[in-house]
Amino acid sequence: MKKRRSAAYYSFMCLPLIMTLIFLTVIVVPFFLGIGYSFFKWDGIPINPKIFVGLDNYTELFSDVRFWQSGKHTVIFTIFSVISTNCLGLAFAVLLTRKYAARNVARVMVFAPHLIGGLLLGFIWKFVFSSPFPKLGEVLGIENLLFNWLLNEGFAMAALVFVNTWKMAGYIMIIYISGIQGISTEFIEAAHVDGASAIQRFWYIMLPLLRPAVTITTFITLANSFKIFDVNLSLTGGGPFNSTEMFAMNIYNEMFTRGNYGYGQAKAIVFFILVAVVTLAQTYANKQKEVEM
Amino acid sequence: MKKRKNIIGSVLLILLGLAFLSPFYLVFVNAFKNRVEIALDPLGMPKEWSLEYFIEAVEKMNFLQTLGNTVKVSFISVFGIIVLTSTTAWIMVRMKNKWTEILFYSLIATMIIPTQSIMMPLMQFMGSMTDKTGIPFLNSHFGLIYMNIGFGCGMGVFLYHGFIKSIPLEIEEAAILDGCNLWQRFWYVVFPMLKNITITVAILDVIWLWNDYLLPSLALSSKDLFTLPLSTFSFFEQYTIQWNLAMAGLSMTIIPVIVFYLAAQRYIMDSVASGALK
Repeated sequence: MKKRRSAAYYSFMCLPLIMTLIFLTVIVVPFFLGIGYSFFKWDGIPINPKIFVGLDNYTELFSDVRFWQSGKHTVIFTIFSVISTNCLGLAFAVLLTRKYAARNVARVMVFAPHLIGGLLLGFIWKFVFSSPFPKLGEVLGIENLLFNWLLNEGFAMAALVFVNTWKMAGYIMIIYISGIQGISTEFIEAAHVDGASAIQRFWYIMLPLLRPAVTITTFITLANSFKIFDVNLSLTGGGPFNSTEMFAMNIYNEMFTRGNYGYGQAKAIVFFILVAVVTLAQTYANKQKEVEM
Repeated sequence: MKKRKNIIGSVLLILLGLAFLSPFYLVFVNAFKNRVEIALDPLGMPKEWSLEYFIEAVEKMNFLQTLGNTVKVSFISVFGIIVLTSTTAWIMVRMKNKWTEILFYSLIATMIIPTQSIMMPLMQFMGSMTDKTGIPFLNSHFGLIYMNIGFGCGMGVFLYHGFIKSIPLEIEEAAILDGCNLWQRFWYVVFPMLKNITITVAILDVIWLWNDYLLPSLALSSKDLFTLPLSTFSFFEQYTIQWNLAMAGLSMTIIPVIVFYLAAQRYIMDSVASGALK
């Protein structure tokens, strides 16, 4: 390869160089600039001065009640989302790997919401909660269960978990389906012959064999829920009374609503560190799993 | 007996699927109702199927131009990502050295950075690049595509790299002996072998870019440059009381995605599964 350094060689090598240039200017430089900005006080207006404040932004952050409130919301949301998405996704996967004629059609239907972006899904459900939902409650006589969840602090959080689960369940189902298809049918059949019930077959044979898939889906849902922004913005906008404002949205508001660019950037760095910890834990868990196998 | 059980099971599955998708039904039917009708009966079919609200929404959202913008931005970005990451990953594998290793691990490591963590400095930096070079990196489709490629190259290189590693060099040797240059070797020998991974990258990136809100909302400020999520957002904020208009807008935004999905559902599901498992 190195012998023929023709025009073709040099022109071809431009492509990796262009990519590297784009990567450096879009990701790497802004990342380091971001660390720099987090030590300044600045309102984002170019002509106003950037005042160096050292670690002040970070110390201020520790006593920022609203930031930690949004952290609490994020953790609550994440825990419930991970559990509900995984349970529903696994249930769909088990159901739709059985030999029903309609199973492929059903898979296509269940997966559909994942293709529509979080922003649109949030708007769709904003409407559903506001009008059809209370109406259905009225028709069925369960008004105290089906009302506009978005107006109630506790239920607005439940609505977010609900919508996120609806969005992600089909995606998680697909991963579980690949897992289930990887299990040799012999195990299941052997258990069947031994007289194990369907529940026993699921609990003692299928679930342990699906452990690698469970690890993957848990971390995918964990990382996704932790970083949630679009659904948060369109469905509740953080309301009512900031009761559903998550980390990502708090950072966004700090910068672009309240105009605290430097302080918001310090939050953004803390957010990055938290996301990195979650992701590294995932890599570590996957390594452990490889050792076991 | 077993066959009957299968039929009943299948019917139940379809009903379950329909119930799961009922929010889409609600969006669609309410795009035809007037305000009173939505308030009284948000669940049933509309009394008449008039396209009144659709026509109004098309005008107010500037729908056709927005759709065109979205197609343009997502497809050029995907094209750029595929060309740049497939060639880069190939060069990385075939000319492995200290520098390509550093680049590879930087690309992988930075994949975990959330957009929120770099959005503000990115906009500042793009602004100063605009000032210094005169090229519009902000508030232009070029700039947005440029940034999209930056955000997409980590995953692209990662997926291509993993696959190219498994291609033995012997396959390319015949081309080297025939005196092919790098372009010919890549285009005629390597790229055809990357077909499946290219489909995966293209589908995952189209899904991401078509729906992306945060980055375009920061990068674009002129309304005539807006992509669908941006115009949906401003439209929805504006007409939140006029549900019928909002629902017509939403329906039109969803329909292209559904058409794409039905046309390529097998590829989409496979791509998403392989993307998640890597």
